[in-house]
Amino acid sequence: MGFFSAGMMGFGGVLPLARRMIVEQRGWLSPAEFNDLLALCQFLPGPNICNMTIALGIRYQGVPGALAATAGLLAMPTGVVILLGTLYARYGGVPAVQHAFAGLAAAASGLVVSTALKIAWPIRTQALAVGIAAVVFIAIALLHTPLLPTMLVLAPISIVLRRRFG
Amino acid sequence: MTDTEWLGVIFAQMSLLAIGGVSSVLPEMQRQVVDVHHWMSAREFSALFALAQAAPGPNMLVVTLVGWQVAGLHGAAAATLGLLGPSSLLTYLTLRAWHRFRERPWRRDVQAGLVPVTVGLVMAASLHLAAATTTGLVAAGITAAVVFGMLRTRLHPLLLLAGGALLGLLGLV
Repeated sequence: MGFFSAGMMGFGGVLPLARRMIVEQRGWLSPAEFNDLLALCQFLPGPNICNMTIALGIRYQGVPGALAATAGLLAMPTGVVILLGTLYARYGGVPAVQHAFAGLAAAASGLVVSTALKIAWPIRTQALAVGIAAVVFIAIALLHTPLLPTMLVLAPISIVLRRRFG
Repeated sequence: MTDTEWLGVIFAQMSLLAIGGVSSVLPEMQRQVVDVHHWMSAREFSALFALAQAAPGPNMLVVTLVGWQVAGLHGAAAATLGLLGPSSLLTYLTLRAWHRFRERPWRRDVQAGLVPVTVGLVMAASLHLAAATTTGLVAAGITAAVVFGMLRTRLHPLLLLAGGALLGLLGLV
C-alpha cells in the first residue's frame, strides 16, 4: 500500500504519464482494461484521474488502498500549488507579476479551449449530439443558467432522445 | 454559515455535476465564487486557475487553491474534500456494479447521452475562461497560439504556458 501511494506520487495527473506508469511500467492493467476503466471514469462525475486512482486502489487493496492512492496522488501537487498560491498572494500586487499572470492565464485558456475542441471532435458528424451540445452551450455560456437545474433538465432529455433516435 | 462551511457545501454540489472532469464546472465555480459569494474578482479567479494549470498535478487543484485563498488551510481542506467526497463515493459504488451492468443496453444509452452534454459544458467553460483572460489583442493572440500549438504540434503544454508568461512579463499583455 505504501508502495502504491509512493508510485502514485510520481505522476502529475497528466493522463499520458498515468497511462505509461499504470500500463507500461507497473503492469497493473492491460491497455484494453485501461481504456475501459478510463471510459467509466470519464462518464462518472468528479476529476477523471482521481476516479481512476480510486478504481485502481480498490482493485488492489480495497477501500484503504483507494484512500492511500488518492492521498498519494494529491499530497505533493497540493503542497506545490499552495506554495505558489501563497507566493501569488504576497507578490500578486507587483505589476511585473500581474503582467506575467495575464500572459499565463491567456495561455491556460488556450489549453482549455484546445481540450474542449478535442472532446468535441468525435461527435461532429452526429446531428443529434451536436444539437444537444449546442443547447447546453447556449444555456450555460449565453443565457447563464445555473448548472444544477440545467443538467437536471438537459441530461435526461439527451439520454431519452438517444434511446429513441440514437 | 462560515466561509469554510460554504466552500464544503458548494464544492460537494459541484462534485456530482463535474461529468467529464472539473473543467465542466468552471463557469459554475466562477459564478459561485465571484458573483454569488464575492470572495474574489473574476481576474483573481483566472489567475488562480492559471496557477493550477501551470503547477504539476491534476487541474482540480484550482479548487484547493480557491479554498486556500478564501479561508486558509481549513478552506483548502473543505473545498478539496467537498469536491472529492461525493464523486469518489459514487465511483466506489458504481465500480461494484460495473461488471454486472456492462452489457445492458441502457448503460450504453446513458453513457452516450451524457457525451454531448459534456461537450456543451466544456465548450461553455472554455469560452467563459477565454473571455475572462482576453484583456487585449496580445492576450487573444497567446490563447490562439496555444490552441494551435496543442492541436497541431507536439510541444509540451508547460512550454506553451511558459511562453505566455514570458510575453506577459515583457509587458506585452
